[in-house]
Amino acid sequence: MYETLAKIAQTWGLLLFVLAFALVLIYALNPRNKKKFDEAKRIPLEDEEDENGGKRD
Amino acid sequence: MTSVSPRAATATTGGGDIPFIAAALGIGLLLALFVAARAADPLMSAHAFMFAAAFVGGGFALVHHVSSGAKADPTGYEFGVVKAGVFASVFWGLAGFLVGVVIAAQLAFPNIFYFSDFGWTNFGRLRPLHTSAVIFAFGGNVLIATSFYVVQRTSRAKLWGGLAPWFVFWGYQLFIVIAATGYLMGVTQSREYAEPEWYADLWLTLVWVVYLLVFLGTLLKRKEPHIYVANWFYLAFIVTIAMLHIVNNLAIPVSLTGVKSYSLFAGVQDALTQWWYGHNAVGFFLTAGFLAIMYYFIPKQADRPVYSYRLSIIHFWALIFIYIWAGPHHLHYTALPEWAQTLGMTFSIMLWMPSWGGMINGLMTLSGAWDKLRTDPVLRMMVVSVAFYGMSTFEGPLMSVRAVNSLSHYTDWTIGHVHSGALGWVGYISFGALYCLTPWLWKRKSLYSNALVEWHFWVSTIGILLYITSMWVSGIMQGLMWRAYDAFGFLEYSFVETVEAMHPYYIIRMTGGLLFLVGALIMAYNLWRTAKGDVREKEFAPSPALAPAE
Repeated sequence: MYETLAKIAQTWGLLLFVLAFALVLIYALNPRNKKKFDEAKRIPLEDEEDENGGKRD
Repeated sequence: MTSVSPRAATATTGGGDIPFIAAALGIGLLLALFVAARAADPLMSAHAFMFAAAFVGGGFALVHHVSSGAKADPTGYEFGVVKAGVFASVFWGLAGFLVGVVIAAQLAFPNIFYFSDFGWTNFGRLRPLHTSAVIFAFGGNVLIATSFYVVQRTSRAKLWGGLAPWFVFWGYQLFIVIAATGYLMGVTQSREYAEPEWYADLWLTLVWVVYLLVFLGTLLKRKEPHIYVANWFYLAFIVTIAMLHIVNNLAIPVSLTGVKSYSLFAGVQDALTQWWYGHNAVGFFLTAGFLAIMYYFIPKQADRPVYSYRLSIIHFWALIFIYIWAGPHHLHYTALPEWAQTLGMTFSIMLWMPSWGGMINGLMTLSGAWDKLRTDPVLRMMVVSVAFYGMSTFEGPLMSVRAVNSLSHYTDWTIGHVHSGALGWVGYISFGALYCLTPWLWKRKSLYSNALVEWHFWVSTIGILLYITSMWVSGIMQGLMWRAYDAFGFLEYSFVETVEAMHPYYIIRMTGGLLFLVGALIMAYNLWRTAKGDVREKEFAPSPALAPAE
């Protein structure tokens, strides 16, 4: 049991994590996503309020 | 989730749920009374009566809710539960800081505030009361309140679940009361930061699952295409805490009507599970959750978007990937296999990168607006908080190195490290969020007094500095004294000599904690007056539109 788990963790597990993190980096650094992120970062600031301090539908 | 507009949904809040909620409360009450009547020990009897009282209270609240015809929040959001959260945060914060000062005084003067007629006033009972009160009661309420606020604002959607957010709020307060009274009565399963026994753990699991559903439900019906990064951090905090809480608390009760239970794990596996939980309570409760606060409240208060959204995504995933492995550094030089210790240490050192990436992202949000630090004490408090985050996340990996740990472990250095993170980072970012939320929620133009925020800031900062510097000196001295040998290989100092040497530092630490408490009292007064709608004379804040151009 221990050997099996350790072996999976040290091969496929390692590979999976490296790949997953590589995908995160590609997603974050891809120039095509720049516009989306520029919009996303303004979400808290472009939160207009109505006269009650509530949201505009 | 639903095509009904949130405003229309408000009018029928919980309408169809009422019989279901009433039935659940009734069953809960019967169960509590049954356990109270059949209790195997008086402690369980006391707690069962508390549960029963809470369910009765819940019933009254439900009747009041129905009979008063529950008016919809005019904002189209659910802010009532956030207001309650602000109140609870301040209340539990003051209670937790006060108990901290009491036990700091007991360390310096062992018999102070200890009354032999009231055994529960001893240090051993009060210490978990302090740690749980500040982490879970204060920090937890801040996280629940801010997450309910942020997820609504950044999703432009009302909280999902009708009365469910209120169940989360009151259910969590009930857990706090059960945990706190349990510690005082001697109910504990002796797991650091997870002392409550099995029945309290089950209750918290229920509350937490509903919390997750409310959060996810709100995200699902969001109007905004993108899920803002703060919500990612909140979600990681909620999901991971659920996982940690359930695994760490796997236990078999001795009796279903008694308080005592035994852990499913034994020996070193038990220790590793405990510190896997313990360190990730730091990583996902005290870090990820409060980073969410940083990513929303600092941009909001500075009126500038976060420095780099890309960095925030990498920050998030790197933190999630790495933190979960760092726990074994709590078990250096124990029965834990050495490779596991090395793994914990290595991952802790890797944490330098996401931690500092996040710190840079928070600080650089101020880029081009540094002058606001001079004029806005609330923003300054949050920026100093991020600086403390950087400092304590630098110190932590350093202390996880086995050679450094051989000096620091079991000494006051650890206590100092924890408090630079807890008072500086978690405390200040929370205070900043509370100073922001109070005028926003109660629709006030400004705080009652910015001068009082200045007082809070300086009194508390001096308090924190006294606290952490005294613990550095005391801890390193303690560690060096323990490992000092004379020419014949005998220990140079007896244990009690180290205790004697630490006495002055304990007094300094107590003074620092007292100043931190005084600062929080100033804040409580300021927030109270703000909510009432007062503005301190001589402090008419000039409206931003009229401020002269510089």
